[in-house]
Amino acid sequence: MNLSMRWLKEFVDLDVPTRQYAADMTMSGSKVEGYAVEGSEITNVVVGKCLSVEKHPNADTLVICKIDVGEGEPLQIVTGATNMFPGAYIPVAKDGSTIAGGKEIHKGQLRGAESNGMLCSLAELGLTQHDFPNAIENGIMILDQEYPLGMDIHEALGLNDTCVEFEITPNRPDCLSVIGLARETAATYRLPLKLHTPVVKGGGGPVSDYLKVDVENTKLCKRYIGRMVKDIKIQPSPRWMRERLRASGVRPINNIVDITNYVMLEYGQPMHAFDYRHVKDGHIIVRNAKEGEVITTLDGVERKLSPEMLLICDPDGPSAIAGVMGGEYSGIYDDTQMIVFESACFDNVSVRTTSRKVGLRTEASGRYEKGLDSRNCLPAVERACELVELLGAGTVLDGMVDVDNDQKAPNRIPFQVDWINRFLGIQVSRQEMEAILKPLDIVVDGGELIPPSYRADLEGKADIAEEIARFYGYNKIPTTAITGVAEARLTPGQKFERTAVDTLLAQGLYEVMTYSFVSPKVYDKIRLPKESPLRKSVVIGNPLGEDTSIMRTTVLPSMLEVLSRNYNNRNLSAACFELGNEYLPVDGQELPDERTQAVIGMYGDGVDFYQLKGVVETLLEALNVTGWEIQPQTQDPTFHPGRCAQVVCGQEVLGILGEVHPLVLQNYELGTKAYLAKLDMGRMMAHVGPEKSYHPLPKYPATTRDLAILCDEDLPVLTMEKAIRGAVGDILEQVEIFDVYRGKQIPAGKKSVAYSLVLRAEDRTLTDEETDRAVAGALQALSELGAQLRS
Amino acid sequence: MKAALQAIQQQATQELEQIHDAKELENYRVKYLGKKGEVTAILKQMGKLSPEERPIIGQLANQVREEIEAMIARKGEALKAELLEQQLLAEKLDVTMPGARRPLGKKHPLTQVLDEIKEIFLGMGFDVAQGPEVETDYYNFEALNIPKGHPARDTQDTFYISDNVVLRTQTSSMQIRTMEQKKPPIRVIAPGRVYRSDAVDATHSPLFHQVEGLVVDKGVTMSDLKGTLEIVAKRLFGEDVKVRFRPHHFNFTEPSAEMDIMCFHCQGEGCRLCKGEGWIEILGCGMVHPNVLSICGIDPEEYSGFAFGMGLERLVMRRFNIDDLRLFYENDLRFLDQF
Repeated sequence: MNLSMRWLKEFVDLDVPTRQYAADMTMSGSKVEGYAVEGSEITNVVVGKCLSVEKHPNADTLVICKIDVGEGEPLQIVTGATNMFPGAYIPVAKDGSTIAGGKEIHKGQLRGAESNGMLCSLAELGLTQHDFPNAIENGIMILDQEYPLGMDIHEALGLNDTCVEFEITPNRPDCLSVIGLARETAATYRLPLKLHTPVVKGGGGPVSDYLKVDVENTKLCKRYIGRMVKDIKIQPSPRWMRERLRASGVRPINNIVDITNYVMLEYGQPMHAFDYRHVKDGHIIVRNAKEGEVITTLDGVERKLSPEMLLICDPDGPSAIAGVMGGEYSGIYDDTQMIVFESACFDNVSVRTTSRKVGLRTEASGRYEKGLDSRNCLPAVERACELVELLGAGTVLDGMVDVDNDQKAPNRIPFQVDWINRFLGIQVSRQEMEAILKPLDIVVDGGELIPPSYRADLEGKADIAEEIARFYGYNKIPTTAITGVAEARLTPGQKFERTAVDTLLAQGLYEVMTYSFVSPKVYDKIRLPKESPLRKSVVIGNPLGEDTSIMRTTVLPSMLEVLSRNYNNRNLSAACFELGNEYLPVDGQELPDERTQAVIGMYGDGVDFYQLKGVVETLLEALNVTGWEIQPQTQDPTFHPGRCAQVVCGQEVLGILGEVHPLVLQNYELGTKAYLAKLDMGRMMAHVGPEKSYHPLPKYPATTRDLAILCDEDLPVLTMEKAIRGAVGDILEQVEIFDVYRGKQIPAGKKSVAYSLVLRAEDRTLTDEETDRAVAGALQALSELGAQLRS
Repeated sequence: MKAALQAIQQQATQELEQIHDAKELENYRVKYLGKKGEVTAILKQMGKLSPEERPIIGQLANQVREEIEAMIARKGEALKAELLEQQLLAEKLDVTMPGARRPLGKKHPLTQVLDEIKEIFLGMGFDVAQGPEVETDYYNFEALNIPKGHPARDTQDTFYISDNVVLRTQTSSMQIRTMEQKKPPIRVIAPGRVYRSDAVDATHSPLFHQVEGLVVDKGVTMSDLKGTLEIVAKRLFGEDVKVRFRPHHFNFTEPSAEMDIMCFHCQGEGCRLCKGEGWIEILGCGMVHPNVLSICGIDPEEYSGFAFGMGLERLVMRRFNIDDLRLFYENDLRFLDQF
């Protein structure tokens, strides 16, 4: 809401600098976003009178004018304008002045003739013909009267208002008006509010001879007032009105349109003026749209209507979408002779829904959808008619049609001084509270408060507490510490996540954060099978674009994008992780399952499958996950079929890791091998082992035996390790591979795996026989797998 | 004989000066103390001495031998020390060469500041709660006193999954979920992702993070709200920070406020950084609306509370002087490495 300070001062005798005003209003709850002084770019431009116009000796398109600016010797100014004549009063930008856009004007020579400034057009003063309808667009602005010579142009043109921009919260539609803000101003400074009651003389004969209004839907149209004016003379509105509209950011059009806008700004009540010629039979019908009905709105667009929408119609059909926009014939024309002023109150939800559905947001709809006060309709229409008479724009008909279906009793709120003080933590007397509430029109009625009809936001005592707090001053409320027992702790899940993050960071991985929504195309990019259940996502109905239109069911594409972006930004290597959610729709459940995943992505020199696996293993160990095993996984099309594994715990899959499939790399424009892992945090947590317990350090020495085992290339070492563990039993402290060899002396299709076994008993020194027996057992178990000791 | 011994000792002392390495020292030892050494030779002639002379000369000879042994030992130590010195000198490094670092990952800047916030609140007795991002209209709007058709819904451009399911536009949904699950006293913060259909630019993102806070107990006042949030501001921005509370409107709090901190840059004078206002908005807050308490089955006559919510991205941008919000979600390592 843009407020003209000059307009405001008609209601409140305010005398504070604008900067202070902005700060004070902000602190009492009407947030000021900024303010601007009109024409502040224009300096040193004054009123001048043209004394003579002579041809330029060296240029056909220029003239030399002598201008009196009230400083003795007239100024010689050269101009290219063709509308100069002796006796004209014009704006003169003197040497060293600035005009609109901040452009500086200096004296100089024009084709050999001295020019001591510039004569200004409308545009050079930041104005248009809407502001000064009698001035021309192409040429020097000829002033409409004889101002004192040398007068500052701001003063002459009334271009000296200050516009304060307020951010009005949706609960205060009453403040979208000069009167509303004047009331807040008066309350803030404890100044009297000077309200004016409109008086209409009338005399045009009874309105009932011309107008009939039927409201069919009284729920959506709470009140409808029609008042009429005849013998209309369409002309520009007077300068004072144009100035106020301009300062409020509204373009002046003509007297009738300007009056409706003026009243809307002053009272906050949207008004519409219908040309009576286009109200068939003088019969206005307020009804819902019919199925398939259409309307062409003022902006020339045909719009489809649906039955829940409210319309203003005549017997021929719709003439306006109620509270949103008029139809193509609902405007005011140069030859309009008779009008109907509409001042109505429409249901806020209905206007909001309709305006969204037809895709039209207007000044009126923006106000209606916040919920307007039906009591305001009458003073507003009275004010409009008063202005018609004041401007001599026509003759107002007597009486009005007022269909009022909003007779609800005013809200009553208990006035509990002690409760308010306790709630806010202050000590304010009842008397002081009453002094705060009075300027807000809140009536004290014994133990109860009656808020005014335009304050629908005041419903209960907490609302009253806010009014007290606002004008007592939020910053005067003392600060105290909350009391009571405070016992806070992280949940096991939060601790688990913290450990995961710490472990991944300690391994040199950088944390990333990615969008939870992705493009449906990512499923193809990671080569997810067509029949995969993961292709069923939570779909956003109104996405910003396809790229962010579904909630991801897998975090892998997000990490691939991070790797791709880094690769294409020429970062030589990357090692990243994210704890990110996947959103899995669940049949018969309204909300999806949101599962947190630890996702790891790496590429770069030295990065290979085993490095990734090492990171995963360290993570599993740090998280104290027990019973896990990493097994080959050849079926996941996102990964290299021979370089992919899954982490399993019994029957449950905890996660997957591997080298990214070359075709997926291609899809992500990754020109290097990349590695991905993904582990389900919830599933891992379900397999956390018992809390750690101390094991005595060994008292007896260990025996080490190294074995080189020859086996088939395809035999997984995990299988061999299991065989060794099974055969040796408890005394096997450690089994480690220290070399894998292929080549000379090893037959094709075979490999030699060198194991180092550490054997130890807790309660004794192992004898050579025991050790030999254990090793023999291990070899026996290995031979059953077709693996032999290399001779 | 006595003279001979004295001569040997003198010679040995002089000769020691000429020795420069271990090998020379060994030759030296052999020359004097070896089986055929000069001192040994004297000792061998002891038998020829008279019984009176023998103990005197014997004692002297032993003295000379011990003296030479001690000299050899000292010299040996000195040579070893010298050798080590030389070796260390040869091993000299250019210590200004860059260190070979062990890899250390870094937390995302958003997490760094969020962790700080969590720590502040844990210290003040606030639990940390998490909840769904895909949320029902009820928790995101309805129960927060924002019925269908309410204009407040317009200020939050919502992503809809269905008529009844949205991507949460505010972590305030967690107020309701918390109050449904837990009876007062309640002290909780709920950080998390929220979604608004804002097109991406330097200051807007369709996804960002909020930290919600909620306190409900008997006798909680607006003074408590101010006191608590002032402490938080001091922890986050330093003890000298100046805060102000300004009336505002949220459907689920009454009275409602926004907390500003005085612009560090201009000290309230108004500058480009604070858009001329002198203050920077940090969070929204207010006393929990009685309707909201009632909806959650908490009697507003018995209990009261306050709630607040702050945007994480803006906080972090201010902290690290980041001027483009998109950087957070682009995850370029050259960016992440800076924090």
